[in-house]
Amino acid sequence: MNQFRRTFLKGAGAAGSVAVAVAAGLLKPTEVLAAEWNKAGFGATKLDEALKSVGGAGAAESKDIVIKAPDIAENGAVVPVEITSNIAGTASIALFIETNLNPLCSTYDFSNGALGYISTRVKMAKTSKVRAIVKAGGKTYTAAKEVKVTIGGCGG
Amino acid sequence: MADPMKIRATMQGDVADVKVLMSHIMETGQRKDPKTGQLIPAHFIQEVNASVNGKVVLDSQWSQAISKNPFLGFKVKGAKAGDKVVVNWTDNKGDKNTAEAVIG
Repeated sequence: MNQFRRTFLKGAGAAGSVAVAVAAGLLKPTEVLAAEWNKAGFGATKLDEALKSVGGAGAAESKDIVIKAPDIAENGAVVPVEITSNIAGTASIALFIETNLNPLCSTYDFSNGALGYISTRVKMAKTSKVRAIVKAGGKTYTAAKEVKVTIGGCGG
Repeated sequence: MADPMKIRATMQGDVADVKVLMSHIMETGQRKDPKTGQLIPAHFIQEVNASVNGKVVLDSQWSQAISKNPFLGFKVKGAKAGDKVVVNWTDNKGDKNTAEAVIG
């Protein structure tokens, strides 16, 4: 499952966004080949491209994904985010901060009993939706929560 | 060599709750050095893996958007008290770090 996804991403990436990124001079071709890390996805500056890089385009909205994050974050450098997927058979979660320069924040693949849950702290440049893409049983689901970032940290 | 990680794993019912605190600068590559005006090169953790008793449970990829000194929490069903949890990371400069803990 995991290996299939990797292979698939490599194949899809080579034809699409990687080529764009290489052409734009953002990436050196050798680095793309050397790393398993999803360089195309993490380097994407458009949300659409970033979503595609994890196969998250056209995901169905789901209420079974719970995103716990503050409504208002005074410090955009440290925003606690917790994602719980109550969808049976959750295989992976991808986390996006939609208005960040590079929207794809991180991805998590679960196996051997790991639950569809992660807790992390992220950086947010400005007010944005925090979006999760969950893969379960070959389907993709999504949910989002808006987090307001207070510029200047004055609070209120 | 990077500073050590803090890792704690506790059983909550039949689920192991693992919390990891890593020590890393997580430089985005978008910040400028105020003295020179030059961009500070990106330096951040790219891959994080976790295993319980040698079996991979979490395979994670990160960007520079994860906060400095990253925190990671995850849960594993079916793990038992006494099982060994190992977490390791690799950053974009090839630095690595590993930490392990026994589930308590």
